[in-house]
Amino acid sequence: MNLIWLIPCLPLFGFLVLLVAGRKLGDPGAGWWGTGIVAASFLVVVKVFFDLLALPEEERSLTQTLFTWIPSGSFKVSIGFLADPLSILMCLFITGIGALIHLYSIGYMKGDEKFSKFFLYLNLFLASMLLLVLGDNLLLTFLGWEGVGTCSYLLISFWHTDPANASAGKKAFVTNRIGDFGFMLGTFLVWVTVGSINYADIGPAAPMIAAGTATAIALLFFLGAVGKSAQLPLSVWLPDAMAGPTPVSALIHAATMVTAGVYLITRLNPIMAQAGWANDVIAWTGAITALVAASIAIAQTDIKKVLAYSTVSQLGYMFLAVGTQNYVAGVFHMVTHAFFKALLFLGAGSVIMAMSHEQDMRKFGNLRKYLPVTFATFMIGWLAISGIPPLAGFWSKDEVLAGAFNAGPAGPVLWFIGLLVALMTAFYMTRVVIMTFFGSEKWRLTDAPHEAVESADLESEAVESMDLVTASVAAADHGGGHDDHHGLSPDHTPQESHWTMTAPLVILAGLSIFAGGINLPFGSDFKHLERWLEPTLAYEHELPPVPVLVLLAFAAIAVASLGIFLAYLVYSKHKIAAKKIERPVLAHAWYIDETYAKVAGGPGEAGFQGLADFDGTVVDGAVNGVGAGVLGIGNKLRPVQSGLVRSYALGISIGGALLLAFIVTRMNL
Amino acid sequence: MRVEMFTFLLTAAICLAGSAGVVLLRNPVHNALSLVATLFGVAVLFIQQGAYFLAAIQVIVYAGAIVILFLFVIMLLGVDKAEGLDRDPILGQRPAAIAAGVAILGLSLTALLSVGSRVTGQASTLAAIDGSEPNINALAKVLFTDYVFAFEITSVLLTVAVVGAVVLSRKAGPAIDVAEFPEGTTADLLQAKYDAAAVEQEVLEEVATEDETPEGEAETTEEALR
Amino acid sequence: MLALNETWYLVLAAMIFTIGSVGLLTRKNPLVMFMCVELMLNAVNLTFVTFSKALDDIAGQAIVFFVMVVAAAEVVVGLGIIVAIMRRRQGANADDISLLRG
Repeated sequence: MNLIWLIPCLPLFGFLVLLVAGRKLGDPGAGWWGTGIVAASFLVVVKVFFDLLALPEEERSLTQTLFTWIPSGSFKVSIGFLADPLSILMCLFITGIGALIHLYSIGYMKGDEKFSKFFLYLNLFLASMLLLVLGDNLLLTFLGWEGVGTCSYLLISFWHTDPANASAGKKAFVTNRIGDFGFMLGTFLVWVTVGSINYADIGPAAPMIAAGTATAIALLFFLGAVGKSAQLPLSVWLPDAMAGPTPVSALIHAATMVTAGVYLITRLNPIMAQAGWANDVIAWTGAITALVAASIAIAQTDIKKVLAYSTVSQLGYMFLAVGTQNYVAGVFHMVTHAFFKALLFLGAGSVIMAMSHEQDMRKFGNLRKYLPVTFATFMIGWLAISGIPPLAGFWSKDEVLAGAFNAGPAGPVLWFIGLLVALMTAFYMTRVVIMTFFGSEKWRLTDAPHEAVESADLESEAVESMDLVTASVAAADHGGGHDDHHGLSPDHTPQESHWTMTAPLVILAGLSIFAGGINLPFGSDFKHLERWLEPTLAYEHELPPVPVLVLLAFAAIAVASLGIFLAYLVYSKHKIAAKKIERPVLAHAWYIDETYAKVAGGPGEAGFQGLADFDGTVVDGAVNGVGAGVLGIGNKLRPVQSGLVRSYALGISIGGALLLAFIVTRMNL
Repeated sequence: MRVEMFTFLLTAAICLAGSAGVVLLRNPVHNALSLVATLFGVAVLFIQQGAYFLAAIQVIVYAGAIVILFLFVIMLLGVDKAEGLDRDPILGQRPAAIAAGVAILGLSLTALLSVGSRVTGQASTLAAIDGSEPNINALAKVLFTDYVFAFEITSVLLTVAVVGAVVLSRKAGPAIDVAEFPEGTTADLLQAKYDAAAVEQEVLEEVATEDETPEGEAETTEEALR
Repeated sequence: MLALNETWYLVLAAMIFTIGSVGLLTRKNPLVMFMCVELMLNAVNLTFVTFSKALDDIAGQAIVFFVMVVAAAEVVVGLGIIVAIMRRRQGANADDISLLRG
């Protein structure tokens, strides 16, 4: 029964073994060890899942306290694990997808110098992520939160010999710090308000929290979630995080870590229920992020960048859902997204492998001929994310949108934004598919890449050719460290990947098709997920009446089909010039990064310089002035320290005499 | 009553004479012997006030051990020559010292004699001296109950003091480093090493004797240090 | 004739203490200075025993016991230091050792 502790400890054990004997296990031994230990953890999760299932609904919450971690007066933190429907659901897909991606990495990282180190980081990541999810108090969650952040940093800059990768890691780390600050303040506020940071105590106490305090707590934790889940305005780190190896992008930056923010908000739903307008902030942030990120994804040429912005956009959907207090839909979309986005990333990784580590889609084309398995599975992922029934993405996205439609007066606006995002999503994913798997084999054209590609696709403006220049410079830099990564010659023949890479693709494709079945909107008998999560949710969400629901679903299908059709017209039939859609402002991600750089480099730098000057003159001046004053007085008093012990004794005697005199004067004579 | 008064006055005179001897006599050996007189006097006063155990260790530890230790050191260092008391090298030290002494004595006596002849204050209720119980038993009872922690700490203090004394008075010779030995037969090399160490020691001692002779040179180094 | 009471002992202790303190301030031989410190300690011990009797409290005697232990430790370490100093500088007195001059 009490196997919960094994879930995070198995990957931790795997990490420790790899730490000690990673080099000995080597390639592929270390990979198989890492995969096996995560698969074992998955089996334990399944066991705990069935244990929970066997219990009556109200009792489906197991707590296992191992020992007291921080005993400090009335503040007491235990190392304890909370296995309830929400955390076990998270664990199921974290360990499941984790095991598949470990398996995939055996093929993907083959021949890498730091092969065993990669699996070491991955195992540590999974241990931290499971700690985050299973921790029964906020501090333990924070420990896991920081642990996944650290692993993310280590894995983004995995090939750190390239300065670009190293700085991408730093960017992720620094951006996340802003969010962590919110998390910590939120924890402090919960401690002050509730008197405990255990989830078991927060839930019952939440209805008593004043609305203002609850709003403040909710906003602070949402700041943490914004950082971790790459929402505006802290979304800038996630696209750069694609510098890491592709399995990392799939596992950490699509399926698991970035959804930690959604998990956190869902976990704290009793507080959110009291938080009033903080929920609107969450919903609107999610909606706007989804819209902005989807629009950026339309104009990206790097296949991983498209998927990264797509992830940001889909995370926006999840926040839209939790912001409208539609937690079931949020978690539902988190699960289906984990499946199809991991599938898409792994498919992209397979393509990138086949194309000698080239990531520019303008050099792809017609790959369906060479990579049949990757193509077939990628097509499933494409249909799932575009929202075509009956694949998983349709059901979860539909539920998010339906929930948004019913959320108060602003609901229809949120719903319309979501619909717009769905249109864009279908469009840019179709664009990726056409550019990668259809059309002509563009890498065979020997001319400069700018002219090589078909005019309709790539007659770019000056800005874009500038991009190409920088891209090729970056490629040259990159090539310095990894000569084998950029050897795409015109007579290259792509080859399908090893079975360790295609097997996870097939499994994830299957899940992407059928995962919608866990929560079908045909009445409460089909809503398995909603019934499963019910005990952990303090809030009942109401969906619109059935006729409206059907109407909304048909609108979503129509919009998705429209997006696909538009992309077909643009990229396959060339009826519309692509440059009309791929605006430079989109390619530059709305200049968000540039604005940050300008603010930090211009007024920001001036401000910081002012602070530094203030520190240098006023603060340091005061400190040094005190020092100089003391030094001067000391120099004046130096002769008193004669070094003669009898002089000192005389001083003591005089002091004693004075004390006696004082006592005598105070006596009642 | 008369006998008690007589005893007190006699021992008080001995104590004061002994104290004056410690301060005024020039030869350290005489100072030490005067100190013994005072310590014995204090021991008699202890007995007069019922502190029998303390009187015993006053004689055994103070007069018997500590003063003997003083005498040993005097003999070891050969400082038993008279010290000039004609003038004090520190300007104004002696008048200031006497003034401080007069002030302390005057103020204490003012305080003591102005409040009458009885000691005021709360008489003990917890550790009252039971006349039927021997003094040593009563003292042991509080030492091993109320003051047992302090008692244990004093054992640590004494151990530290012994270790400190050993370290301070140890004559530090040059350490022999086996790693420095060149190849060859060990016995010869050890002998050579000892010889070298002896030579080094002599040199050191010469330097030490040179150190003390030129007073001005030491002054200049101290000036430089500042 | 005056009756013998605590005040006599206390006056005697005050006198011994004063003599000791004046000696500490005027003598230069470190050994003699130590003896003066012992005088002062004995004067204080005498007051403790006197108060112990006057207030009928054995704790005063217990404190004298600890003072003696501390005095013994102090003498051991102090004489050790004096021996170490005298080895390097024959016949030095307290005024010669002033390395800590500011």
